[in-house]
Amino acid sequence: MSDAPAQMTYRQALAQALREEMERDESVFLMGEDIGHFDGAFKVTKGMLAEFGPTRVVDTPITEAGFTGLGIGAAMAGLRPVVEIMTVNFALVAMDQIVSNASKIHYMFGGQVPVPMVIRMPGGAGHQLSAQHSHSLEAMFTHVPGLKVVVPATPEDAKGLLKTAIRDDDPVIFLESEGLYGKKGPVGGDDHLIPFGQAVVRRPGRDCTVIAHSRMVWVALAAAETLAGQGVEVEVIDPRTFRPLDLNTLADSVRRTSRAVVVDEGWPECGIAAGVAAHLYEACFDWLDAPIGRVNSADVPMPYAKNLEQAAIPQPDDVVAAVLATMAREVPR
Amino acid sequence: MSTSPPAGPTPEEMRDMLRAMTLIRRFEERASEEYMAGRIGGFLHLAIGEEAAIVGTVSALRPDDPLTSTYREHGQALARGTDPRAIMAELLGRATGICGGRGGSMHLMDRERSFYGGYGIVGGSVPLALGLAWASHYRGDDRVSVTMFGEGAANQGVVSECFNMAGLWDLPIVFLILNNQYGMGTPVERAAAVEDFYPRATAYDIESWKVDGMDVLAVRAAISEAARLAREERRPACVELLAYRYKGHSMSDPDTVRDAAEKERWKARDPLVTFERVLLGEGIMDASAIAQMQAEVDQVVDDATEFAKGSPEVPVDQLADQVYAQPWNDDPRGSALVNP
Repeated sequence: MSDAPAQMTYRQALAQALREEMERDESVFLMGEDIGHFDGAFKVTKGMLAEFGPTRVVDTPITEAGFTGLGIGAAMAGLRPVVEIMTVNFALVAMDQIVSNASKIHYMFGGQVPVPMVIRMPGGAGHQLSAQHSHSLEAMFTHVPGLKVVVPATPEDAKGLLKTAIRDDDPVIFLESEGLYGKKGPVGGDDHLIPFGQAVVRRPGRDCTVIAHSRMVWVALAAAETLAGQGVEVEVIDPRTFRPLDLNTLADSVRRTSRAVVVDEGWPECGIAAGVAAHLYEACFDWLDAPIGRVNSADVPMPYAKNLEQAAIPQPDDVVAAVLATMAREVPR
Repeated sequence: MSTSPPAGPTPEEMRDMLRAMTLIRRFEERASEEYMAGRIGGFLHLAIGEEAAIVGTVSALRPDDPLTSTYREHGQALARGTDPRAIMAELLGRATGICGGRGGSMHLMDRERSFYGGYGIVGGSVPLALGLAWASHYRGDDRVSVTMFGEGAANQGVVSECFNMAGLWDLPIVFLILNNQYGMGTPVERAAAVEDFYPRATAYDIESWKVDGMDVLAVRAAISEAARLAREERRPACVELLAYRYKGHSMSDPDTVRDAAEKERWKARDPLVTFERVLLGEGIMDASAIAQMQAEVDQVVDDATEFAKGSPEVPVDQLADQVYAQPWNDDPRGSALVNP
């Protein structure tokens, strides 16, 4: 056996986390639309119905509110459900269960019953799926106390954070990205758990801090490469979880660089970038040399036409421009 | 496999049932007074008139059968045996409340007694009950999940979703539709295309029927049979209980819309009076025994109220306690930040 970590896709890393946790703990089961017989809409659960049987890999009717609520009730009874909502867009149908029940039950009943469950779902745009199938709803979930919100960008994080999520005693919103399932990278072993609330520096730099999560990490890294060619060294930081948020790591970086840009595939108003920027203003105001930049999707429902869609979602050039704006430099065109 | 309690109660059980119904009635009358005095805030939904539905149901279950309810749930907690002190203290928002003052009237829970809570979003508690039933199915235990909700909730889509999954997977659950004939202030005929609700479950291959919800023995018999189906035959069941609440939707509803004659008609079938007559007629209790029981219940309610009034408020530095089972900081205001 080689000591080098295994290379695999984000999809395979998620599957490995599910398998390992199901083998480790009999109270873990999977539930969602098309996850068994059909192997999963994104094939994350491929083969698992045959491996674990229909009680632990449960194909549901198209009934997101109902089976999300079922998962909450099962968690109240001490099981550890991993509910897959086919995409984040359909979570809107289950929002009452997530917000009114999952997030509140532990608090509202005075701590009598925890809700140890994971709700996995991919989001994001970029595949011409138009307005109703392209949401990035991180901000909506992060708004809600009682939830934990996890946004892995790499195969290693997908696995390590999912294992942590499954073992966590609170409801965890686990937001995957449709654009990352094929992304390859090194992945840790079965004891490699990544704690919540620890941001990671994806690329060190001295001139400007760029904060990005999920697929936007890769957009930010592409921008960093371009900027390096212009002599600008940005530090790319991935918060990895928004509840909890590791503000300390973000703020330490911003105090060194004195500049920050937050990249977020969601909408700009009251969004993730807005919320992170507000924290940074409060924590780093005296260190800042420029207003914090925000790069978001355009403030429109996602259009279908390829050129319009690409114009609507954050591109590396948008990040480059936002970074240069914090440095009061012209955007080369 | 241990079974559900038999449908026909013993004399001792019948005395207990009358006492439980009386406790609910007197407790809620006192809660109403405390609300009028300004000591209970928020919403206060009273189940006065529905005591037979509550006690008949709880008495037909095993103590470890998970029970869920809507926000009109003081009676379920009392019937399950939750300390009336802890309930009244919760209503008054005190530290000694069953939920530490976090829930109030609408959100009582007593996990030790498998009462899994009162929920404020109409219909939203039903999938939780399905999940509790799923857990029994998953583990292969013989508990039966029972969920009480109103005919108003039956119009929510998620309830039909749950009928479907219960029927599809044969989950051990009893859906209990307490039809009190009004969804807040709207009479059932203005809200439902078909005024009977039990056939909705029948459509999902769930055995379902309707009984008189003002008759505690009829309720007990029906729920016993429903629980038997779920426990022994591993099949879901649904029972519609026709009942009537005497008070408005909540204390903030002056109840001026409902017809006075209609209210009097239903009060003439008061579940407590009717059941007292049964006990008297069968010689299980005499008038003095009933009066003594009522006096004891009043004493319990007095004691609970005094206890609640004398209990401390919740310390404000505990505001953010229990937002998470696994917190990441101890910020008393709550915070998404790690060690801010």
